[in-house]
Amino acid sequence: MPTPDSCEIAANAPLAPAPAASARLRAKVWRHVWVVGGLCVGIAIFLTVLEGKGFIPKLVYSLCIGIACTLIVDSTRQAVAWGINRLRARQGQPPLANRGGWSSAIPGGVLAVLMGPSLGMTLGDWLTGNQTPSLYQLGSTSTRITLALSVLGTVISFVVISTQERLATTRALAEQAQRHAAETQLRLLQSQLEPHMLFNTLANLRVLIGLEPERAQAMLDRLISFLRATLNASRLMAHPLATEFDRISDYLALMAVRMGPRLQVTLDLPADLRDVPVPPLLLQPLVENAIKHGLEPHVEGGRITVIARAESRAESNTLVLTVRDTGSGMPAAPSLAPGSHFGLAQVRERLATLHGQAASLTLEPVADGQGGTLVTLRMPLPALLSKPQSKSATP
Amino acid sequence: MTPHPRALIAEDEPLLAAGLRADLAALWPELQVVATVGDGLQASAQALALQPEVCFFDIRMPGCTGLEAAQALAEDWPEGVAFPLLVFVTAYDDYALQAFEAQAVDYLVKPVDRPRLTGCVARLQARLAARAAVPAATSDALEQTLQQLRGLLGAGQGANPTAPRLAVIQAQVGNLVHLVPVEDVVYFEAADKYVRVITAAREHLIRMSLRELLPQLDAQQFWQVHRGTVVQARAVTSARREESGKVTLQLRGRAETLTASRLYAHLFKGM
Repeated sequence: MPTPDSCEIAANAPLAPAPAASARLRAKVWRHVWVVGGLCVGIAIFLTVLEGKGFIPKLVYSLCIGIACTLIVDSTRQAVAWGINRLRARQGQPPLANRGGWSSAIPGGVLAVLMGPSLGMTLGDWLTGNQTPSLYQLGSTSTRITLALSVLGTVISFVVISTQERLATTRALAEQAQRHAAETQLRLLQSQLEPHMLFNTLANLRVLIGLEPERAQAMLDRLISFLRATLNASRLMAHPLATEFDRISDYLALMAVRMGPRLQVTLDLPADLRDVPVPPLLLQPLVENAIKHGLEPHVEGGRITVIARAESRAESNTLVLTVRDTGSGMPAAPSLAPGSHFGLAQVRERLATLHGQAASLTLEPVADGQGGTLVTLRMPLPALLSKPQSKSATP
Repeated sequence: MTPHPRALIAEDEPLLAAGLRADLAALWPELQVVATVGDGLQASAQALALQPEVCFFDIRMPGCTGLEAAQALAEDWPEGVAFPLLVFVTAYDDYALQAFEAQAVDYLVKPVDRPRLTGCVARLQARLAARAAVPAATSDALEQTLQQLRGLLGAGQGANPTAPRLAVIQAQVGNLVHLVPVEDVVYFEAADKYVRVITAAREHLIRMSLRELLPQLDAQQFWQVHRGTVVQARAVTSARREESGKVTLQLRGRAETLTASRLYAHLFKGM
């Protein structure tokens, strides 16, 4: 049987390893080899057809020029991007996501067209043992053709390679987002189907079947709808706040059977907020924390209160959800147990993904004599539902 | 064997306590459940007061865990009285309990099914019968139980060996914070939700439980000698074994002595 700790570790591990930097570099090099190589072979064939002789020397020259141009374009881009990033770093800005796109490619392209052909020809001469007149003596047709083809080749290879690079980057980002979503779903499931909760509930159910079959049936119904909601939560984008409160009430009803008189519950959802869409089971981890860390360890038990309110300001309306317990309060020192802050972190992450800076989650001790912890969640209220109460309250 | 052995049930969920009680009544009609308590603190207090032959302790309870309650019980248990047979009950495998199956400490996993409970009852009955036959074996049984408790407590605490070690204790008094290097601490003593930090010269109070503090101390340097006391090994000058199995510790730079409980007496042996 796995210990809870090993589950935690498994949940933290990414589902699939992200492609390593070396693999990305290899893909990039291969892209260059295929595109540049293909173009150079094409040019060599074209010239051979045009002049009708000597394919091999033409291929050698073509490849030499292609390689020279590619090296010049890439090293210039790298150098320009490096320079830009140094400047940005000095101004406290984050580095560029890619190597600067067109802005860094144009100087590279100009340099490549000016220097690439002559460099490539020199290399070609050295390899073939031929003696080609300097390229800068413009006039001969072959020189002009060589230059024109170099310009064309450089532009084409640049466009093709950068398009492919952009595609690869987009694909990598999409994969990362997908992996992230899958991980979150797995963790959500794991935290909600916590074995301790599940087996204790089943143990209670087992006893209740013998003692009070009808109450056992009601408890089983609650457990079923809780499990169904948990399994569906990862598939839905949003559900009404009323449904969210129903699911919390399922969970708290199960806990009330387990904890008996040690648990009292107050749920307060105004009618005009019932239809506000919220991410499924957003409040669940907060309610679970209040029970697990607040009331369950507290000998006397206590009360959990979940309240939804709308807060109107001139510029925007906010949905304020609070979860308060009168339990043992927050520990003086943060717990070292792995996963102990996972619930909160997960809610924060979901809020940030949906609303960015507009949403917030705070956790504070309550100093009103009853003690315990207050969690306040704020998120923008959709405009549709934030109209004055008189209108939206009527069904 | 006592004709009517007595049992105590410590379980915070009322239905589960009632369920276990009903199942036991069916399987072991002679067993008298003398008390059912809902938290760890009452578990050890009531067990000490009633001295039952069998204790069923839930692991996860408010107040303190079933293991901690068993520790308190072992430390404060009176001389000459047979230590209760312990059965831990857990909903999930929080601890390495299965290693202890069918020995001095038994365990049950919730939901507790009939065959498992029947087996547990048979083992308990056999052990009670063995005790009645050979009363002298009582102290051996206690030593065996202690051995297993040490293992269980160690397993619970050893879960986080990579926790950062504290170098300095920061004790706040009003708006002043005293910094005490851990090397200067003679011992730590639990005081409700606080810990008293005692150095040779003076003492401080920190707002932290001993349970939270313990994983942040170097276990080689600081030895737990009682559920409420952790002493710096270098500050102990001598250890005297008492009749009761407890050990009295003399300290460097402090006049008072500390008591190491039976559970930790094995730490102080001649080389």
